[in-house]
Amino acid sequence: MQIVLEKRSQASSWMNVMSPVLAIGLTVIMGGLIFAAMGKPPLTALYLYFIDPLTSWWSIEEVLVKAGPLVLIGVGLAVCFKANVWNIGAEGQLTAGALMGAMVPVLLGDWQSPWALVLMLLLGALGGAMFAFIPAWLKTRFGVNEILTSLMLVYIAQLFLDWMVRGPWKDPHGYNFPKSVAFEGWHLLPMWGDGRMHLGLVVALVIALVLYWVMRNNLKGFEVRVVGSAPRAGAFAGFSQTKMVWFCFALSGGLAGLAGLIEVAGPIGQLQPHISPNYGFTAIIVAFLGRLNPLGVVFSGLLLAISYIGGEGVQIELGISDKTTQVFQGMLLFFILMCDTLILYRVRYLSGTQANIEGETS
Amino acid sequence: MKKLLTAAAGIALASALSMSAVAADKLKVGFIYIGPPGDHGWTYQHDQGRQAIDARLGDQVETVFVENVPEGPDAERTITRLARQGAGLIFTTSFGYMDPTLKVAAKFPDVKFEHATGYKRADNVSTYSSRFYEGRYVIGQIAAKTSKSGVAGYIGSFPIPEVVRGINAFLLGAQSVNPDFKLKVVWVNSWFDPGREADAAKVLISQGADIITQHTDSTAAVQVAEEQGVNAFGQASDMEAFAPNALLTSIIDNWSDYYIARTQAVLDGTWVSTDTFGGMDANMVNMGPFVNMPADVKAMAEATTAAITAGEFHPFSGPVYKQDGSLAAAEGEVVDLGSLLGMDWYVQGVDDKL
Repeated sequence: MQIVLEKRSQASSWMNVMSPVLAIGLTVIMGGLIFAAMGKPPLTALYLYFIDPLTSWWSIEEVLVKAGPLVLIGVGLAVCFKANVWNIGAEGQLTAGALMGAMVPVLLGDWQSPWALVLMLLLGALGGAMFAFIPAWLKTRFGVNEILTSLMLVYIAQLFLDWMVRGPWKDPHGYNFPKSVAFEGWHLLPMWGDGRMHLGLVVALVIALVLYWVMRNNLKGFEVRVVGSAPRAGAFAGFSQTKMVWFCFALSGGLAGLAGLIEVAGPIGQLQPHISPNYGFTAIIVAFLGRLNPLGVVFSGLLLAISYIGGEGVQIELGISDKTTQVFQGMLLFFILMCDTLILYRVRYLSGTQANIEGETS
Repeated sequence: MKKLLTAAAGIALASALSMSAVAADKLKVGFIYIGPPGDHGWTYQHDQGRQAIDARLGDQVETVFVENVPEGPDAERTITRLARQGAGLIFTTSFGYMDPTLKVAAKFPDVKFEHATGYKRADNVSTYSSRFYEGRYVIGQIAAKTSKSGVAGYIGSFPIPEVVRGINAFLLGAQSVNPDFKLKVVWVNSWFDPGREADAAKVLISQGADIITQHTDSTAAVQVAEEQGVNAFGQASDMEAFAPNALLTSIIDNWSDYYIARTQAVLDGTWVSTDTFGGMDANMVNMGPFVNMPADVKAMAEATTAAITAGEFHPFSGPVYKQDGSLAAAEGEVVDLGSLLGMDWYVQGVDDKL
C-alpha cells in the first residue's frame, strides 16, 4: 500500500477561490480545539481573537495601521511570486528604504517643506529598489539563487541600520541611546484619528488597486503571468526572463522600501535599531493567502493584522502566551498550502502491485 | 420557555453587572514585558514583583501583563490597550518603551505610568532603575580573585549607558584586585536571545576568558559556562539552579518592594512622578549566595557588599581613568551622577571600542 499525489488534469477554479476560506475555517476550528485543550473557553477566545478587534474604532485603526505595511509589501511580492521570482528579502529592502528616506530628516533637519516629505517617500522607494537590485543582478549575471541572496541581505541591512543609529546617525542629545533624532513637522506623515492613522494607509490601498488593474488589464500583467507560468512560451512571445527579474525586484523592493519609510515617518517617528516586527516576512504569508492577487492581498493583510491585534487581546484577557498568534499564523499558512496542494493534486492509495506497475511505467 | 430565557438573561445581566462592579472597585495594574516571564532573568524578576503585588494587595488590585512586546510601534499600541482597558497604573519594563510610554501617557493623563531604566519623565510618568553597577563591582572583584587567565568575558546587549556602566564597574572591581585584569566584550544586540547569548559565551571562552558575565536576560550564558567548566555569574535573578558548579553568585534585582510601594501610593492617592535609582541600600539590588569560591574570596565579597550597602564605598571612586587615558575622577572624588547616567566611555583595560 502506498500513497501518492497525482496531478489533477484540471484544477477546480471554484475551489481555487474557496481554498483560503477553507483554510481560515480549518484554522478557526483547530484554534478552538487548541484553546479548549488549554482550558480556555474556545468561543470567547475566538470571539476575542477575530471579532473583538473590529468592535471599537480604536482597534479598527490599529488593525489598519498594522495592515498598511503588510499590504504594501504583500502586493509587490504577489506580483513577484506570480512571475516565479522569489524575493524573500522584503524585510531587508524595507530597512534599506527607511534608511535612505531618513537621510532627509537626519542630514537636512532644518528643511521643512511638503517637498521634503515627497522626497523622503521617493528616496524610500528608491532605497528599497536599489537594495533589491543586488539579488537581481546576482541572479541575472551569475545565476545565483535569489532566495538565498535576498534572505541573507536582510541581516546585512538590519545590522547596517543598527550601526547607523549607534554611530553616525545617533541623536547627539540622546544619552548615547541608539536612536536617531526624532522627526518633526514635514518629516512626518500627516496623521488622523487617534493619532496613529497616517497617509501611508491610503498609499497602500491606491497601489494595491493600481496593481490589480495592471495585472488584469495591462500587457505587463499578462507578461508577468506568462513568464511565471510558462517561461518558454514567454520567451517565444518575446518576453525576456532577465528583464522580468529586474522588474519584479524593482517593484517589490521599491514597495518594501516605501513601507519601511512610511513606518519610520509614521508610527515610529525616528530611526531605531528595530523598525519592523518582521513585516517583510509576514507579507509572504499575506501574498499567498491573497492568492497572489493584489485585491486578495488587501483582505489577507487585514486578516493577518486582525490576528496580531486579536492575539494581543486574547493574551491580555485570557492570559494566553503570545505564541498563540504565531501558532495561528503558522496554521493559516499550513492549511492554505495544504488546500492548494489538494486542489492541484489528488491523493491516491495504491496497492502493492499497482505501485510496482506505476513505478515501471514512470 | 420564554420565561426561562428571560430569567437566564436576567441572571446573565446581573452577573455581568456585579462583575463590572467588582472590576471597577479594584485598581488594575498593567505590566509590559520585553521577554517571557519564563526567561529566569530580567522579566522573571519583574513578574516576581507583579506577583508580590497580587500577594500583598490582591484584595484591592488586579494585575495583568503582556509578554514579548517588541520595542517599537507595537509597544505604543500595547500600552494604549492596557490604558483603555482601565489600568490605573502601568509599568513598562524595558528601556525601548520610553518614547511609546510618553506618547501614551500624554493621551491618558489620569493613568500613572512607570518606565524602567529610562530618562524621560512627565507629570504622570515616573522612571525607576537600580544601581546594578554596585553588584557588578562585587562580581568584578570575585572574578579577579578566581580567574586564572586574568581575562573575563562580558556579553553585552546594547551599548546604552546602563550596560556600559555595568561593564566599567565590573572592570573597576576586578582591577582593585588585579590591576592588569582584562575584559573582552561581545555585543549580541538583543535583550533576550538565548541562542546568540550562548554563542557569545562560547566565543569568549575560546578567546581565553575563564569567567563569563552577561547583561542579557536569559540563563544561556551560565549554562554554557557550566558545560565548558568555567565560572559565571547570574544576572537579574538567582541562576544557581542552572549552573550549580559554575555559578559564583548572582546579582538579583528586587522590584517587589518598589512595585508594592508605588501601587499603594496610587491606592492612597499619593502617587507623584519621581525618579528612583535605588541600590543595595534600598534593597533593590541584592547579591545571591557566594558559592563555589574559597573562604577569603567570599569574605572580601561580603565586606565590599556591606560597605556599598552602608554607603561607605562607591564603585566609581577615583582615580578612574577613561580608555583614552584621560581622568574621569581624581583620587578622593567619585564619578558624578550625570556622567554615570549618560556613560558613553570605557575605563582603561576594556578590550573593545565604543
